[in-house]
Amino acid sequence: MNSRQQTTNSKTGTIIRLESVEKVYHVGNEDVRALAGVTTTIGYGSFWAIMGPSGSGKSTMLNLLGCLDQPTAGKYFFEDQDVNLLDDNGLSELRLRKLGFIFQSFNLIPQLTVKENIELPLFYLNWDPKTTAGRAADLAEMVGLGDRFHHRPMELSGGQQQRVAFARALANNPEVLLADEPTGNLDSTTSAQIMQLLVDLHKSGKTIIMVTHEHHLAAFAEKRLLMRDGRIDHIEA
Amino acid sequence: MMYPHLFQEVKLGLKNLVLHGLRSLLTMLGMVFGVGSVIAMLAVGEGANQEALEQIRLLGSNNIIIHSAKPINEENKAKGRTFLSIYGLLYEDEHTIGDTFASVDRTVPVKIIRKEGRVGKRSQELRVVGTTPAWFELVRRPMVAGRPLLSRDMIKKANVVVLSESAAKKILAAGKTIGQKVRIGGSYYVVAGIVRNLASTGKTIKPLDQEMDGYIPITSMREHFGDVVVKRTAGSRLREKVELHQVIIQVRDINEVEAVARGISTMLGHFHKNADYRVEVPLALLRQAEATKRTFNIVLGSIAAISLLVGGIGIMNIMLASVTERTREIGIRRAIGAKRRQIITQFLIETAVLSSCGGLIGIAMGLFIPWLITLFAGLPTVVTTMSLVLSIGISLAVGIIFGLYPASRAAHLDPIQALRHE
Ligand SMILES: Nc1ncnc2c1ncn2[C@@H]1O[C@H](COP(=O)(O)OP(=O)(O)OP(=O)(O)O)[C@@H](O)[C@H]1O
Ligand SMILES: [Mg+2]
Repeated sequence: MNSRQQTTNSKTGTIIRLESVEKVYHVGNEDVRALAGVTTTIGYGSFWAIMGPSGSGKSTMLNLLGCLDQPTAGKYFFEDQDVNLLDDNGLSELRLRKLGFIFQSFNLIPQLTVKENIELPLFYLNWDPKTTAGRAADLAEMVGLGDRFHHRPMELSGGQQQRVAFARALANNPEVLLADEPTGNLDSTTSAQIMQLLVDLHKSGKTIIMVTHEHHLAAFAEKRLLMRDGRIDHIEA
Repeated sequence: MMYPHLFQEVKLGLKNLVLHGLRSLLTMLGMVFGVGSVIAMLAVGEGANQEALEQIRLLGSNNIIIHSAKPINEENKAKGRTFLSIYGLLYEDEHTIGDTFASVDRTVPVKIIRKEGRVGKRSQELRVVGTTPAWFELVRRPMVAGRPLLSRDMIKKANVVVLSESAAKKILAAGKTIGQKVRIGGSYYVVAGIVRNLASTGKTIKPLDQEMDGYIPITSMREHFGDVVVKRTAGSRLREKVELHQVIIQVRDINEVEAVARGISTMLGHFHKNADYRVEVPLALLRQAEATKRTFNIVLGSIAAISLLVGGIGIMNIMLASVTERTREIGIRRAIGAKRRQIITQFLIETAVLSSCGGLIGIAMGLFIPWLITLFAGLPTVVTTMSLVLSIGISLAVGIIFGLYPASRAAHLDPIQALRHE
């Protein structure tokens, strides 16, 4: 993303606040406490890495932060909005305007081209169809895929697909980028390319929350949050 | 709110359908055959109906036709012996009817006998109709040549005949037409005119006019042939005295036809105790035909409904499969910020595109099949605009109704679970 287009974020203060957030899954007769009381605050423009052993609740937390899921107990404030009070439409609206996602498995729509995948958020934002192509082209250029604009995901490498996902996540100019093991399926070279994009994005002022298992990747973040058994074990600054 | 993107949605829907070409085609087939057969069936039904109505109209919906009918007891009496059976309508009946009912415009007496007509060596059995000039006003068929019967023919009991076109072709030498003499029975009749044949299309109801007809003044017929007809059968001679074979009554106002018909039945019932007549009311036949049509349409409608239902279930089935197959896609769209309503719209547009494509192909088929039926089976078919509008409307409605459930199921998937779906 070149800085001419991306409005640099100058907001300060807290964007996300979690208060004793719990998430309990009912599996048969058993309750699985994926999150067992998480309290923290995340500031505007910060870059967080969430780490921890498998099954410690990292993805669960990220999904809650991304409004894809709702907590069983506790409170979640996004920009002082109590997310628990939002209905399905409100949550969709919040995701559409404020959030961007990158997943480990890319999650591009296979029937759509690179262009159409990147345009998807704009489509739901009701952009004038005439203006979406230009925006999509800029984003594709930014992630270095200008020459793959009309290809389908199947015709791209994993690293290229993840860069398309990255471009799509930024199409709506979100407040927060959420990334769940964005390099989990990639080799070290392509991982480095994706990390570079995240670092550049952070420099432009976006808030980034990334789940990762890799310490050298977590090192790029400003803060490292360590999860254990559904709780925050400690936070490294 | 979605309108700027409606075009893209439709494009996306089409794309998805094209992507699963065979599947979409099979889904559409239900719709295609549903719509196609509905239109075709209605076209055949409408064709048959219009033909029947046309036949009845030719009889004249303002007319009442009374036929002489041989009573059953007369039939028995005549067995094996020489016997004169007397039955049927009387000359007097015609006058009584004309005088009794104010709303009767005109009455036409008809005597019919079968006689050979001969000109030189050419001969043909004719249906010789003894009638009055009023017959020609009632039937309103154009003259090919010459003139119809006139009242002076009646008064003079003139030996003139008006031939039907086909009878004229059969017995008159080419070139010579009007003025030729035709021998009918023992007498010669001068051809006064030739009247056009009825373009006979139908087989269901006999038109007034038969093919090989010769019309002569009823007065002349009475004079030459009398009222007694001798029929020779094996071992017996059957003699029948019938004054009039038919009386055609034209009623001024169509709304009074049925009342007059009832009146005539009651009146004739007094004079003809042995029920030797039959009253035919074309209007009643018309009503009956219309009632039959309604029944027919209900039956067709039910068949149509069932076939479209089957088509709809096919669409629902495919859309449910599609929803399952595209759970991941739905999850992605929801994660990006698509609202439930937008997911519903997306799937509905797909079913609408699917069913309207099916409907359009079905209409093409529905136009083509009746054409084939007319071409090869010679049955009349009429494709009504109504049936087109109805079937396209129903196919769209079916598509949307049966698409609604899969669409709403898609929209109510939990985004997280949808994303995890393999
Ligand atoms: N849908 C679910 N139903 C039941 N239990 C679940 C569900 N999702 C997660 N869990 C449980 O919640 C716990 C936390 O899962 P989560 O996916 O958040 O772990 P994670 O930290 O992301 O692990 P990983 O590093 O392997 O991705 C696990 O014990 C998991 O079994
Ligand atoms: Mg995880």
